[in-house]
Amino acid sequence: MSGRSIRGKVAIAGIGESTYYKHGQSPDAELVLLLQAILRAAEDAGIEPHEIDGFASYSNDRNDPSRIAAALGIPDLRFSNMHWGGGGGGVAAAVANGAAAVAEGYADCVVVFRALAQGQFRRFGQGAPDPTVSGDAAYMSPYGVMSPAQKYAMRATRFMHDYGVHRDVLKAIAMTSYRHAQNNPRAVMHGRPLDGETYDNSRWIVEPVNRLFDCCQENDGAAALILVSAERAKDLKQKPVYLLGAAQGSDHRCGAPVMNASNFRSSSFATVAPRLYETAGVTAADIDVLQSYENFTTGVMMAVVEHGFCAPEECNEFFTLENLAAPDGRMPLNTSGGNLAECYMHGLGLQLEAVRQIRGQSCNQVPEVKLAMNIAGPMVTPVSSLIMGSEETL
Amino acid sequence: MSETYLPAGMPAPVPSADGLDLPYWEGTRRGELWVQKCAGCGNWQWGPEWLCHSCNSFDMTWRQVEGKGVIYSWERPWHPVHPALKERGAYTVVLVELPHAGNIRMLGNLLGADDQEVIIGSEVAAVFEDHPDAGIPYTLVQWELKT
Repeated sequence: MSGRSIRGKVAIAGIGESTYYKHGQSPDAELVLLLQAILRAAEDAGIEPHEIDGFASYSNDRNDPSRIAAALGIPDLRFSNMHWGGGGGGVAAAVANGAAAVAEGYADCVVVFRALAQGQFRRFGQGAPDPTVSGDAAYMSPYGVMSPAQKYAMRATRFMHDYGVHRDVLKAIAMTSYRHAQNNPRAVMHGRPLDGETYDNSRWIVEPVNRLFDCCQENDGAAALILVSAERAKDLKQKPVYLLGAAQGSDHRCGAPVMNASNFRSSSFATVAPRLYETAGVTAADIDVLQSYENFTTGVMMAVVEHGFCAPEECNEFFTLENLAAPDGRMPLNTSGGNLAECYMHGLGLQLEAVRQIRGQSCNQVPEVKLAMNIAGPMVTPVSSLIMGSEETL
Repeated sequence: MSETYLPAGMPAPVPSADGLDLPYWEGTRRGELWVQKCAGCGNWQWGPEWLCHSCNSFDMTWRQVEGKGVIYSWERPWHPVHPALKERGAYTVVLVELPHAGNIRMLGNLLGADDQEVIIGSEVAAVFEDHPDAGIPYTLVQWELKT
């Protein structure tokens, strides 16, 4: 472990989210959803909204911290941070960036947020309407490769070919999220269970890897969490959840144009995951519960492999509903229902779920959770991941 | 059957405004495949970039290479995400590796039956698909299985 680690210096003191909707169904504007989420996080933490003095987000969130600060009446805005690139791959990095600001004294109370009402703006699953394209898109869009499902299927097809991975792996990941969502009243797919036959008969989005239920939802919603110093967290309402470590980045030429990344059959975590464990001072075997961003089930598979939970050749044995389901699976995964079945809150909902697991407040509580890992959006660049822990892990 | 693999109305490629990839697009109009090679260290590179990622030389040159390769990965989109594709049905995309040019990869459609079996490692040859009626006429590099 490096002497410069963030380990134990910052805690997540509050979490909040708006109601989650299918895209286009929110009665409230995106900014309203966000303000609801922030106020609920403040109430959850037991702090006054005026105490918030910093903001961190990712994926070019439309909601400018200065506007949020004005709306909340914040008297002293001290930190505004946007993580660059990678879309949902940046969610853990946004938490890490906010935590770094708290640890170094730039701000005392930082909100990490994401608001995303896809029904009010462009849906992620649709191609851009531009009549002409240049740069990287000129080599992909004319061939019908435009959406994330199409851009990232190539990586997964090659990975599954090389390691002999069966499609049942992807089915198990999808069914795990849907099973967990049935116990989660916040989940958009609450009350809509998924059985194996329905999965098998669902239409292809992109053959041979993405059926309908392998793909995340498109939603309207917002989520927020509040970071304070470890000392401050002890005096607040909730059991503190400490950041033990975080890492971000990607490996050699990950962003090379036209799918020329050196390590192509990858979730982009090959160099990031080892740094995460080093800074947190734990190993994969220590983790009690895992939240791993589902843009597609294939991304979860590769990200979990690259974080060392199983070897690529062991996917067919490791990824089963029995192993992944809370409360007593070998490695409970996406216990809120995640992006597939709770809400595609661009991964921030999964961060909130990790906090709930450590507090003991999850709808699918795993017994005695001390360490929770969170993996942000896979296959993009840069990616990020983090580990949270209870006080006894410090 | 239309003359092009995908219907009219797809996004049309235009060379980037800074001129970086103009030699590629000019080459395809002549039915030729041109890619980048570093004059400093001999590294093949794709897609087009200003700088050699291997030795950081700015002396990137363009070389014509034979239009052949090997299928590295593939996919078959069924769900249309663009208005021009609404009536098309599933189509096949291949990621092709060029062993004779440093294993750089290029993307294109695999011509032929829409339900053909695609096998990673199969040898493919480039087919130049002209779009002469576009605002800026262009030619796409497509691929077909070698017989």
